[in-house]
Amino acid sequence: MERYFQEEIECAPIEKIKELQHEKLLRQVRYVWDNVPYYRSKMEEKGVRPEDVKSAEDLCKLPFLSKADLRAAYPYGLLAVPLKDCVRIHSTSGTTGKRVIAFYTQEDIDMWNECCARAIMAAGGTNEDVCHIAYGYGLFTGGAGLDGGSHKVGCLTVPCSSGNTERQVMFIMDLKATILGCTPSYAAYLGESMKEMGYGPEDIPLKIGIFGAEAWSEEMRHDIEQTLGIKAYDIYGLTEISGPGVAYECSAQQGMHINEDHFLVEVIDPDTGEVLPEGSQGELVFTSLDKKAFPLLRYRTRDICVLTREKCSCGRTHVRMMKPKGRSDDMLIIRGVNVFPSQIETVLLNHGYAANYQIIIGRVNNTDTLDVKVELMPQMFTDSVSEIDERRRELENGIKNILGIKAKVSLVAPKSIARSEGKAVRVIDNRKI
Amino acid sequence: MSVQQISVFLENKPGMLKKMTAVLKEHDINIRALSVADTKDFGIVRMLVNDVYDATNVLNEAHFITSLKPVLVYAIPDVTGGLDALLEKFDEAKINIDYMYAFAGKTSAYMIFRVNKTSEAEAKLGGKGLESLTEEDVAKV
Repeated sequence: MERYFQEEIECAPIEKIKELQHEKLLRQVRYVWDNVPYYRSKMEEKGVRPEDVKSAEDLCKLPFLSKADLRAAYPYGLLAVPLKDCVRIHSTSGTTGKRVIAFYTQEDIDMWNECCARAIMAAGGTNEDVCHIAYGYGLFTGGAGLDGGSHKVGCLTVPCSSGNTERQVMFIMDLKATILGCTPSYAAYLGESMKEMGYGPEDIPLKIGIFGAEAWSEEMRHDIEQTLGIKAYDIYGLTEISGPGVAYECSAQQGMHINEDHFLVEVIDPDTGEVLPEGSQGELVFTSLDKKAFPLLRYRTRDICVLTREKCSCGRTHVRMMKPKGRSDDMLIIRGVNVFPSQIETVLLNHGYAANYQIIIGRVNNTDTLDVKVELMPQMFTDSVSEIDERRRELENGIKNILGIKAKVSLVAPKSIARSEGKAVRVIDNRKI
Repeated sequence: MSVQQISVFLENKPGMLKKMTAVLKEHDINIRALSVADTKDFGIVRMLVNDVYDATNVLNEAHFITSLKPVLVYAIPDVTGGLDALLEKFDEAKINIDYMYAFAGKTSAYMIFRVNKTSEAEAKLGGKGLESLTEEDVAKV
């Protein structure tokens, strides 16, 4: 039996959703114009005023926002409410140390939590479940998002956060957790660890997995389902728009339903910015219709994907997005963390290396691996193995500090990294997703 | 007198050592002693050669990175207990050895030592009746 958290809106006729979007959009454009001078000046530059947006079709008149805008407006430039109305921030791992932060009012958090609650119930969760959350808690939205959703559903929430696998296993087994929320690569890792400890799928109490924040393949889904004895669901989101729960999979698992009553989605040509007809492959652009503190209009996600409005067997009417095919810029998602090559480059330069490096991403046992090859500088070389090893470790620590994930650094001989047209080939992604 | 040892950084992949020896051969550089310290990712080749400055130049030109460090070289009789007697002197002088390697000649064996404070160690070991080798000696052995 299909379960809904807010059936009335989740299964509302599409006309009703469109009507709601229309109403909210007009209100939101006016709200942003009045409260976000940064965006207002972008609108003025384009010669658009709030009254020019008369329907959702006029959305294309509005300027885009991109990650660059978020960085330029850091920290308060896109904030639409006084700080006294904000109750929280979350932050993404930004480039070169500069993070992007998003603000939330209590209302924003409630809305976001409801989105996550829809995701949990769409995956079959109820208030009888024990929801074990192994997403990182903290600045990352993963932990807080699922946590909030789990509370709304009424699950017994186990806020384990990430790391300490033995403790995770202990809680899952002792508390008989039925739902697991984490990144797919951590789920795979957890599955392997439990297998090593002698737990087969029949011993593991988990039934449902809600995995997101990084790209994963159908093959990986199958592997995780087999080792943990669960059904695995995909969830999508981004901090800029709220966090996980912008879209989620239902029982049909034919794409993720976008919570259209809160987020208006467009697909554009990433090169021209032109809006593409429904069903075309392009970059996802989101407009938040209800956000108060951080109301982004036409935010470019860089995620390339296809939308479909075909009727879904689950009964939900909201548009579905297929798994994103990739990012339109150089951002990498490694173990669920956004990684930009420039972040790694900064660490190298700070330690006295030249920008001759190679980032190699692979996947071993369904977990992303990150290898960084760096050309050793002649003056750094001595006859001592331990000194070179120390330098290597220094870089590994430096990268860990910036990215929050471990990399394996190897130092290589000068001029040994392949260069095309004089420039080193910087990123090799060997993952098959 | 300490002797300059040349160290060469080698990535741990097939053919690297051969690439290096080919450069030395091409420029008529004779290896007198050699040891390799290896890790999973890379190795460091440490050598005494007949002309360490020439060797540095030609290897750098071939994009190898090199480093020169002073080492102490002592001749010991090629008999049982030879090394033990030598190390006893190091012990008495409380000299810490970073690493060492050996090569055997026709009449004697030769021990190469890398220590932390080379000249201090040299001074402490002087007058203990040890036969130390200079760069010229090494080239001739």
